[in-house]
Amino acid sequence: MTDKSVPLRRVALIGNPNVGKTTIFNQLTGMRQKVGNYPGVTVERKTGILSGTRPIKIIDLPGSYSLSPNSIDERIAYDVLTGHLDGEDPPDLVVCVVDASVLERNLYLVTQVIDLGLPVIVALNMMDAAKTTGLDIDVRLLEERLGVPVLPMVASEKKGIGKLIIEMRRSRLPALPDRHWSLLPSVDTEIQTLISKFAIEAQFVPENKRYIEVLQCLSNDVMLDFWNDKAPEFQKAVVAARERLSGMNVAYRQAEVIGRYAWISPLMNTVISRKKDPNAKTVSDKIDAVVTHRIVGPILFSLLLLLIFQAVFSWATPAMDLIESGVVGLGRLVRMQAPAGIVTDLVVDGIIAGVGNVVVFLPQILLLFFFLGLMEDTGYMARSAFIMDRIMSKVGLSGGSVVPLLSCFACAIPGIMAARTIANPKDRLITIMVAPLMSCSARLPIYTLFIAAFLPTGIVFGPITFQGLAMFSMYALGIVLAFVAAFVLKLVFKGQSSFFAMELPPYRMPRPRQIFWRMIDRSKAFVVRAGKIIFGMSVILWFLARFPGVASDPEIDAQRLAADGRFEVSVDSLISEGLSDTVAAELVSEEMAPVFRRINAAEAGHQVEHSFIGIIGHTLEPVMRPLGFDWKISAGLISAFAAREVMISALATIYSVGNGEEDSPLLRQQLKADRYPDGSPVYTPLVAVSLLVFFVIAMQCMSTLAITRRETNSWKWPAVMWLYMSGLAYLFSFIIYQGGRALGWG
Amino acid sequence: MTIVDLKPGDRAIVTGWATDDPPGRLLEFGLLPGTTVELVRSAPLGDPFDIKVRGFHLSIRKSEASLVLVEKRVTS
Repeated sequence: MTDKSVPLRRVALIGNPNVGKTTIFNQLTGMRQKVGNYPGVTVERKTGILSGTRPIKIIDLPGSYSLSPNSIDERIAYDVLTGHLDGEDPPDLVVCVVDASVLERNLYLVTQVIDLGLPVIVALNMMDAAKTTGLDIDVRLLEERLGVPVLPMVASEKKGIGKLIIEMRRSRLPALPDRHWSLLPSVDTEIQTLISKFAIEAQFVPENKRYIEVLQCLSNDVMLDFWNDKAPEFQKAVVAARERLSGMNVAYRQAEVIGRYAWISPLMNTVISRKKDPNAKTVSDKIDAVVTHRIVGPILFSLLLLLIFQAVFSWATPAMDLIESGVVGLGRLVRMQAPAGIVTDLVVDGIIAGVGNVVVFLPQILLLFFFLGLMEDTGYMARSAFIMDRIMSKVGLSGGSVVPLLSCFACAIPGIMAARTIANPKDRLITIMVAPLMSCSARLPIYTLFIAAFLPTGIVFGPITFQGLAMFSMYALGIVLAFVAAFVLKLVFKGQSSFFAMELPPYRMPRPRQIFWRMIDRSKAFVVRAGKIIFGMSVILWFLARFPGVASDPEIDAQRLAADGRFEVSVDSLISEGLSDTVAAELVSEEMAPVFRRINAAEAGHQVEHSFIGIIGHTLEPVMRPLGFDWKISAGLISAFAAREVMISALATIYSVGNGEEDSPLLRQQLKADRYPDGSPVYTPLVAVSLLVFFVIAMQCMSTLAITRRETNSWKWPAVMWLYMSGLAYLFSFIIYQGGRALGWG
Repeated sequence: MTIVDLKPGDRAIVTGWATDDPPGRLLEFGLLPGTTVELVRSAPLGDPFDIKVRGFHLSIRKSEASLVLVEKRVTS
């Protein structure tokens, strides 16, 4: 297909956050994308192929404001572009995506990229936004001054993509321009001396890349550390140069920024003509005046959160009911069509029931992702960070933690990964450590089930129901505990205070396609992850619940015998009163159905109790009893460690096996009907609350521990996470259950 | 004076830094001597600030704003 002798051209996409880089990447590569990780760190590595007779490999770099690494994301971007990453050459061409409406700040990164000595194309995106802001950009002049091709485009409307592709395919790559800007003379002199030292020890760095590399080392400690072993003499020379400059009172760390902006600012005046007063209030400013207003802002934010939880809880119900009855119907159909036996039991009670009990929560998850996507796409997410930063900083977090923590409402895994955008390592670690306390979507099924089954219905005020409020409380508890935990952790890691500088991007109309795809994407990840684990777990759990079988309980056998006898006597007496055989049998069956159901359930319960899962549950019961949990809940909690939502399919398996043929349509009815041998209900509202609180707090997710291990690069933090969360969960549930009983509530 | 001393709606020119080691990120955002900044508003709880610099809005904490020396532009 392709000419093997010519290696695949590799093109890197770079740009500030929020400039439409992902939109361009998607349009170039379509569905031909690969998502992985960079070696050693978990920064997402997205690559794709621009197909054609000569395919081009596109590398999507993390959003960066600068190439002087302030965060892991920017470090990765720099390393990829300079070929510092092991086993990877620098790309052949760099496409620098730029937001035309904030050209000045974006050009900072452009000049840095140009200085790397790689061919560059500037994709001047969001030309429409620039026009609305009243900016008229002279593209030809900009191109001339930068010395690299500049392509105006509106990526969201697919304008300009074709031209970009043509430029990327040209066999002759754009020429490398000279460096445009200059440093303060005193700094420049030092740099020239350092370059000659650098050239001796780091010969492998091409000549045209030495200037930027040396400059980075002078102003940035992290960059200098890279050369500690590789170029020790150079490293010493840099330290000496720094001392000389400090002695002369030269702010060498700022030299690069000042030099670049000294070139960019005058350029702005020549290429941009303003058609509107730059200080005039834009629509975005007017929206902000309301949304971040000191009284209206927080009220709007709280209302939005309340709306999201109310919506997730009640709007999803019709779709969930539909899926629920569909799953039950499918189970019935299979049972009717297939011969009775162990395989059919496995399919219906293990696989269909298990997977079905997870798919049923998809409507809620889609809704949640919809709201999060809407917040991100409109630019409201940054405002929520702006509003929340004061509170967050009090407990040792920053406004920047709000987005990762809000993402954790969907799933802690992307949330923990999102924390890498926090530049301050202390903030980042604290955010990661408290992230799993935010109620993820996998807890939602458990909240839904137990709230709907055991807490009272009724309206508190307006559209807010008691159950909706209970759901809100679950989330609120997680949030409050996350704050407390963060505060404690802040005291533990004393250190530098964190800096928090965040762009507040202009409000944008939400793009339905963007939101829709992100919603599908993330839900798919949930279903695939859930599907894999739950399919396996459902089958394993079915086996654990079904084997090893034991002989039937003689006492129950005796009851059954007695009931059979009573049945016959009753039928006979009805026949003697003149009824036909069938009518008599029907009448008595109906009357005695509850008796037989109780006997069947008791026998099935006897079987499950002596199964593997029963044995595990029983072993744990003494420890869990003080929290109000019986052996079935304990067994469910163990299975929930694979993924929290597995708890539901575990209970479904235990109960549907336990109830044998009488497959009642709803798990919640079976839970409500469950009794201890003495006749008292297993689940009282107090037990439900204890269990709910346990689920809010406990660390019950292998995947979260695994991602924490990867993000912190140590087993210490996941271990601390598991210990503190599980300990706290036990403590809270213990206090609630024992306290509630002492007060006579259950 | 520093950005903290400005009132919402005030524009001023950056004159320097009240520290020897200004946060690199703020420099890269173009908060340099000679740059015009506008204090747009403070967050509901008084911190952080929403400032406008080089045509875009930036949220910075009071502690950072207090490092940026400014001089108020005389309105003509």
